[in-house]
Amino acid sequence: MMADPRRHLLDLDDLDALEIEGLLNSAEGMLEIAGRDVRKTPALRGKTIITLFFENSTRTRVSFEQAGKILGADVINVAASTSSLSKGESLLNTVKTLEAMQIDALVVRHPHSGAPYFIANHTDASVVNAGDGTHAHPTQSLLDLFTVRKHLGDLAGKRIAIVGDILYSRVARSDIIAFQKMGAEVVVSCPNTLLPDEWQPGSILGQQTGFENLEIARNVDEAVEGADVVMALRIQQERQEAGHLPSLREYSDRWGINSRRMAMAHDGALLMHPGPMNEGVEIASDVAHGVQSVIEEQVRSGVAVRMAVLYALCARSRSARNGAGTEN
Amino acid sequence: MTDRKIDACSVIVATGHARICDLDPCQHGKDFFVPVNRPVIGRASVANEIDKVVLTGDDIRRALTRISHEILEQNRAARDLVLVGLHTRGVHLAKRLGDNIEKFEGFAPAVGSLDPRLWRDDPDKALDQPLQPSEIPTEVTDRPVVIVDDVLYTGRTVRAAMEALLDFGRAKRIQLAVLVDRGHRELPIRPDYVGKNIPTAHGERVQVRITEIDGEDAVLLGRER
Repeated sequence: MMADPRRHLLDLDDLDALEIEGLLNSAEGMLEIAGRDVRKTPALRGKTIITLFFENSTRTRVSFEQAGKILGADVINVAASTSSLSKGESLLNTVKTLEAMQIDALVVRHPHSGAPYFIANHTDASVVNAGDGTHAHPTQSLLDLFTVRKHLGDLAGKRIAIVGDILYSRVARSDIIAFQKMGAEVVVSCPNTLLPDEWQPGSILGQQTGFENLEIARNVDEAVEGADVVMALRIQQERQEAGHLPSLREYSDRWGINSRRMAMAHDGALLMHPGPMNEGVEIASDVAHGVQSVIEEQVRSGVAVRMAVLYALCARSRSARNGAGTEN
Repeated sequence: MTDRKIDACSVIVATGHARICDLDPCQHGKDFFVPVNRPVIGRASVANEIDKVVLTGDDIRRALTRISHEILEQNRAARDLVLVGLHTRGVHLAKRLGDNIEKFEGFAPAVGSLDPRLWRDDPDKALDQPLQPSEIPTEVTDRPVVIVDDVLYTGRTVRAAMEALLDFGRAKRIQLAVLVDRGHRELPIRPDYVGKNIPTAHGERVQVRITEIDGEDAVLLGRER
């Protein structure tokens, strides 16, 4: 038995490379099950998983729902806009209400960084962070690792270029941590206005822990040069009113990933995007659907990785997970 | 050389054939299960004086040869056979049975692998070992299937495997081949082919070691630790 079974997945910063690798290995088995004609297992039969989304999402929510259902759990989707939250119920009361229904896992997406941690402190259920504010999106990072590993093998020594809106991107933060933990080197490139203040060269704010070895490229060409993976991040148009960018056209010209920039990367480099894409802005259509693109495969990997996560967190009985049960 | 010596000798101790030797290089090569110059893969057994060898490598080879013949006897439609090994050691045993059948009959039966863990009634067991991808290389509907595993004990793994297998199609017949039957069934499950029946107590542990994973072929009986 593992010494201390994991209860929540809130970020990847408290997982070591070994635990991450265990989840990725498990996801290999899950991917095979998800690809069968009959895709159903009784592993989480009788368990209830609730997806609680305070932000819009298609792929993440559907992917968690599918992962839970393939494993045999009952999955209930709660969207904040249609729940009592819109009547003014507090987050704590919502969680307590759901908790009273004997749920096993809560999959939470919330616009405020840290909200899943707050929820984890107030529930016996396992909490999975499905994206909180600009902080973390651990299952997205796991699926990115999984996808890269499938194509390029061992991640150690690989060069990962992340290009785009770093400031608002929880995917960027989680991916930087995740790829570095697995021994890859990560370089980011973005307009200066979209780089967090504490990462600015010469910043007096001091480095955030976990990002000391991050390389910040002076321009996008320098970042993609020789990269094994190029990841374009979405320009979140809803967040661009703050005036970070002169125009989308200029952004596309100076920071967009196109065939010329992909040609500068390593031979056989992968092109990734966490979705949803703004084609023609951060990524050109021809490369987004080209031979180097693994963007659709990322979605497929997402189901397998989330199956591995839900299984690891929920397979034990409630009493065993809460420390009251006995072994066997 | 030192590492290799320790590897070889720790295996020898596990199989009960000798104590750790302090010669460098180790001189015990040919008396051992594992020749000194073969690296030992997998975890080296901790020395345990109670461990006893119940099947040697030759015993295992003979048992698998016999089982291969028995499978052919019982299955007229041998060309349709699908051998499905259960992860982890059953997979390699199934491959060996397949190789034997190819040698005897001149055709290779389909050999697959299955990890039935998610179909167990205790799916949280062995959570720390990653789930393995299953691979059934052919349609199983209307074909005879032989499930292959190393040890048959409570029967719960086999039940899970049968249920998992049904999702791949309606097999004509499902049979069960095991290297060791140690008794103590908790479900109405009976093997069709058995390498050796080994009566055991609950507190005992049957450890099957095979070359592909452990660097040697042996079945050991020891105390649960």
